[in-house]
Amino acid sequence: MSEFLQQLLNGLSLGAIYALIALGYTMVYGVLRFINFAHSDVFMVGAFIGYYLGKLVPEHTVWGGLGVLAAAMIGCALLGMTIERLAYRPLRSAPTLNVLITAIGVSLLLEYTGQVFFGAAPRNFPEIFPKQNFNLGSVIVTSNQLIVIAVSIVLMIALQLIVYRTKIGTAMRAVSLNPKAAILMGVNNDVVISFTFGLGSALAAAGGILYALNYPSIDPLMGVMPGLKAFVAAILGGIGNIPGAALGGLILGTVETFVSGSQFSTYKDAIAFAILIIILLFRPAGLLGKFTVEKV
Amino acid sequence: MPPKPHLFLLGALLVAFGVQHYSDSFNPYYLDVLTGIGINIILAVSLNLVNGYTGQFSLGHAGFMSVGAYLSAAVTLYFAPRWFGENGGTALQEGGLFLMALIAGGLSAAFAGLLVGVPSLRLKGDYLALVTLGFGEIIRVTFQNVEALGGALGLNGIPPYTTIFWVLAFVAVTIFVVTCIVKSTYGRGFLATRDDEIASEAVGLNTTRYKIVAFVIGAFFAGIAGGLYGHFKLTITPTGFDFTKSIEIVVMVILGGMGNTLGVILAAILLTLLPEVLRPIAEYRMVLYSFLLIVLMLARPQGLFNFKLGKSKA
Repeated sequence: MSEFLQQLLNGLSLGAIYALIALGYTMVYGVLRFINFAHSDVFMVGAFIGYYLGKLVPEHTVWGGLGVLAAAMIGCALLGMTIERLAYRPLRSAPTLNVLITAIGVSLLLEYTGQVFFGAAPRNFPEIFPKQNFNLGSVIVTSNQLIVIAVSIVLMIALQLIVYRTKIGTAMRAVSLNPKAAILMGVNNDVVISFTFGLGSALAAAGGILYALNYPSIDPLMGVMPGLKAFVAAILGGIGNIPGAALGGLILGTVETFVSGSQFSTYKDAIAFAILIIILLFRPAGLLGKFTVEKV
Repeated sequence: MPPKPHLFLLGALLVAFGVQHYSDSFNPYYLDVLTGIGINIILAVSLNLVNGYTGQFSLGHAGFMSVGAYLSAAVTLYFAPRWFGENGGTALQEGGLFLMALIAGGLSAAFAGLLVGVPSLRLKGDYLALVTLGFGEIIRVTFQNVEALGGALGLNGIPPYTTIFWVLAFVAVTIFVVTCIVKSTYGRGFLATRDDEIASEAVGLNTTRYKIVAFVIGAFFAGIAGGLYGHFKLTITPTGFDFTKSIEIVVMVILGGMGNTLGVILAAILLTLLPEVLRPIAEYRMVLYSFLLIVLMLARPQGLFNFKLGKSKA
C-alpha cells in the first residue's frame, strides 16, 4: 500500500510536468490547428536558461529558485513569440502540412543550435531550490515534488484566470472557436496568436525547470520524449481543451510511473503511445473534448 | 515519366548491372553516398504513394523500415552460416539468399502496415500522423525488448550483401511499381481519395480499401529499403529508426512536392547530398540543414520541385 502511495505521488509530480507542457500544445492547437513540434525544444531551452541562471544565484534558496523560474519563463515567452513571428506567421494561409514541416524545421534548428552552443554532453542541473525529504509514515515526499506540484497548481490557476477572466483570454477563446468571425468582431488575431505562443512557451519553460529539478541531467535533446508524451497527454484530455490537458498529463504521468515500477519497465516509453492509439481509436475527441461531426 | 515504363525498368536494370560491373573503378566514398541516395529514394517514393498520391499523412515509415531491416537481417544471419559455411557462398547463391531476405523483410513490413493501417486509417490528418508516429515508436520499443534480435544493442555482424546493383535495381522497381499503380485505372482511386474523399465515396469507391492498399504497398518498399540499409551498414539498432528518421523521409516528400514522383526523387537526392556537402563545416551542418529547411518551406511552400502552376492545391 505504501509503495502504491509512493508511486502515485511520483506519478502525480511527473504528470504535473507533462500537464504544463501539454497546456502549450493544446493552446497553440486551439488557435492555429497545428502541432507545434518546436514546443518540446522551447522546454529544453527553458531548462538551459535555468541552468545558466541557476549558477548565478545562491543555491538552495526559495527566492533564487523562483527568480530563475520567472526569468526562464520570460525568456522562453520571448523565444516562442519570435519563433511564431518569423517562422509560422508567413505561413498563416498555407496548408497545415507545410506549417507542420516548418515546425519540425524549427525544432531541429533549436536542437542542433543547442548542441553547438551547449555541447551534446549532458550537464548537471544546479539545485536551485532548498532540498529536504519529509517522511509521512512510509511515504517519502521530497521538497522537489512539493515544488513541482505547487508551482504547477499556481500556474494552472493563473492560466485559467487569464483565459476566462481577461480580455485577451476571451479573444483567445474567440479565435479558437472561429478565427474569421473573431476578425470580424475586431479581434487582432496576430496579437492573440503571439500572446498564445508566449503563454504556452512560458509554461514550457516552467515545465523544463521543474523537470530538470527532478531529473537533473540536461542535454539539448532532453525535450524530445517529454514533448511527445505531453502531446499525447494533450490529445488524451481532448486537444484544445485546457482542463483536459491537465487531466491528460496527470493520467499519463501516473500510468507511466506505475509501468516503470512494474516488471514491464522497459516498455515505459511505449505505454504513452499505446494510450494515444487506444484513445484515438475509441474516443478521438479525447476524454473532455467535444466530438464534432464533419459537414459536407 | 517515360512513356514506356517497362522499357524504363529494363533500361534501369541494365544501368544497374553496368554500374555494378565497373563499381571497382569508382571512389568507394561516392558509391556509399550513391547507396544512401538510392535507399532514401526508395523510402521517399514509397512514402509518396501514401502521403502524396493518397493524401494520408503517415509519420511511421521508419517503423516499417525497421521491421524490414530486422527481419531480412535475421533471415541472412540465420541461413548464411548454415548454407554457405565459413567461406561464404558464390555471388549467385548470396544474391539469391539476399533477394529472399529482402522480400521476406518487405512482406513482414507490409504485414505490419496492414496491422497498423486497418485500425488507424479511419482517422484523418494530424491524428493519423500521430497514430502512425505512435505505432512507429511502439515498433521501436518492441525491438529494443526482443533479446533474440539484440535488444537495445541491436543486431551486429550482418553480412555485407548490399551492392550498388541491388540498390539501383530496387530503386527502379519501386519507381516502376508506384508509377504503374498511379497511372492505372485502379490507381485513379488513390488520387480520387486524396482529392475529395466524400465525393469518391459518393461515386462508390471504397476509400478505406484504397488507403489500406497504399499503406501496405508503401510499407512493403520501406521494408525492402530497411533490408538494403541493414546489409549496407552491417549493424542496426532500434534507435536508428526513431521518428526523426520518419520525419526525414516526410521532408523529402514534401520538399519534392506531394504526389510528384520526379520531384520526390530529386528531393531525396538533394537532402542526402546536403549533409555530405556540408561536412566540412562539421558541427554547424545540421544547424544549416534545419535552417535551410525552414527557409525552403517559407519560400516554396508548394515543394521545391513542383513546377506545375495552377494545378497544385496549395
